[in-house]
Amino acid sequence: MTMSSYHEPTVAKKTGFSVRSLPSWSITLISVSTLLVIWELCSPWINPLFGSYPSQIFRSFIAMMQNGTLVKAFVQSIQPFLVGYGLAALLGIPIGLLLGRYRVLDAAFGIYVTAGYATPMIALVPLLMVWFGLGFAVKVVIIFLLAFFPVCINTCAGVKAVPKTLIEVGTAFCASQSKIMRQIVLPATLPYIMAGLRLAVGKAVIAMIIAEFLTALSGLGGIIIHAANSFRTAEMFVPILLVMVLAIVLEKLLALLERIVAPWQREIAAGGH
Amino acid sequence: MSHVELKNVSKTFALRSGGTSRTTRALDNLSLNINRGEIIALAGPSGCGKTTALRIIMGLEEASSGSIRVAGKEISGCGLDRGMVFQHAELLPWRSAVDNIRFALEAKGIPPHEIAERAERFINLVGLGHAMHHRPHQLSGGMKQRVGIARALAIDPEVLLMDEPFGALDSQTRETLQMELLDIHQRTGKTIIFVTHDLDEAVLLADRIAVMVQGHLREVIDVNIERPRNDMRAIRSSEEFTRKRQLAWDALHGYRDEGDAAPRPATSTAAPLRAFA
Repeated sequence: MTMSSYHEPTVAKKTGFSVRSLPSWSITLISVSTLLVIWELCSPWINPLFGSYPSQIFRSFIAMMQNGTLVKAFVQSIQPFLVGYGLAALLGIPIGLLLGRYRVLDAAFGIYVTAGYATPMIALVPLLMVWFGLGFAVKVVIIFLLAFFPVCINTCAGVKAVPKTLIEVGTAFCASQSKIMRQIVLPATLPYIMAGLRLAVGKAVIAMIIAEFLTALSGLGGIIIHAANSFRTAEMFVPILLVMVLAIVLEKLLALLERIVAPWQREIAAGGH
Repeated sequence: MSHVELKNVSKTFALRSGGTSRTTRALDNLSLNINRGEIIALAGPSGCGKTTALRIIMGLEEASSGSIRVAGKEISGCGLDRGMVFQHAELLPWRSAVDNIRFALEAKGIPPHEIAERAERFINLVGLGHAMHHRPHQLSGGMKQRVGIARALAIDPEVLLMDEPFGALDSQTRETLQMELLDIHQRTGKTIIFVTHDLDEAVLLADRIAVMVQGHLREVIDVNIERPRNDMRAIRSSEEFTRKRQLAWDALHGYRDEGDAAPRPATSTAAPLRAFA
């Protein structure tokens, strides 16, 4: 008897509802659906010229899927995005590693990376159009320029944060410079590299849309401009939301990739509670 | 011939603070001969230069002047004739225990087909066969340091260098590892140079204790406790242990063994008790 009465509060606590016991994804889902419901409920007061609401946007989405404009635009946009972003990662990571590791290189070229990161690259678009035309190439260049610097800067900062003693382990055991780079510096820097790649997704998505606005109107950015110019506001929202979803999906994929390539990091880090 | 020979080794560091630059002398004319198969302790308070001396012998730092010979050959930089055990083990966190040992073997250029067998042999030598696939964060402090020792031994160095290897461990783990180190020394006959601020540890493990204060070698104390030193309890309660510990303490604090135990500071600048604070 005494036992059961002793245990009572614990049982009550366990059966009671607590937000803390929910998995993170379900909390996110509740948050998003609540927002959508509130937005939808506001529809009577929304003028379809100046705004839109979820059900209307969804109808436009279905229509655009059926006539093929959306898929065509998406394919048009994603190609320069992947090429530009891929190049940024492919060059940003090794250059960042070298700048972080070798003081002389950093002193000679680090300043350009800092400058490049701080410069509003969009301001260069008119010039880039003169150099690269209005087609595929100029879009790749714009996306590359916005995505490269966060990757490079983060990688470089990560290398500088590698504990000196870990490098000394390599030195003490006479590991070659390339072995120290590949097997000590690179893995120790991975969390920073992944953070840079995730930041770069946001930058690259912005670059993709801006490039389509400012050069030849095409892709998802083209749809946004055309729809806005003819006051088809719901239609305008479709590519905007699609780009948002794209950015979130890519970001999550990179988070997943980080767990695969740097599993120890999750074990060490405290994370949020 | 001595196995490791330090001759007039000095080290000065440049300190820059607020535009002014001054130099500080971490090691002042250190000369020390270490015999083959001997365990020698570099003991002293923090900042006395003992770790600097060890790092210079390892080749992680360069002496400002003087020379270091290992087995008759003057060293330049790191070499596989010396194996380093770091203060906090410093295992690569993304590699399992056994893979941390493989790292050293790969760096040494051991043929790939021998690496697996050899790494396993050394992880077993330190009694971690059951945990060899664990990553460092899954290991306790003592286990990490065991891996650190195995990694240094795996490259079969002539000299084992240890930088306060047990300083960060709890006292029971420390005692176990001290016993294991004595056992490993008994079996391998390696020359071992270790840094410590723990005089008990120095007397228990070492054949000689080099007492260092403020970059100077103040005294070298012979510890005549027989090997193998298996019975820690007997050693700790022995007269030789107490006497040598006292001698080391006296040397550290600036007293001279002159029978009357009259206090006499070795230098006028250092207060005797501050030296060990």
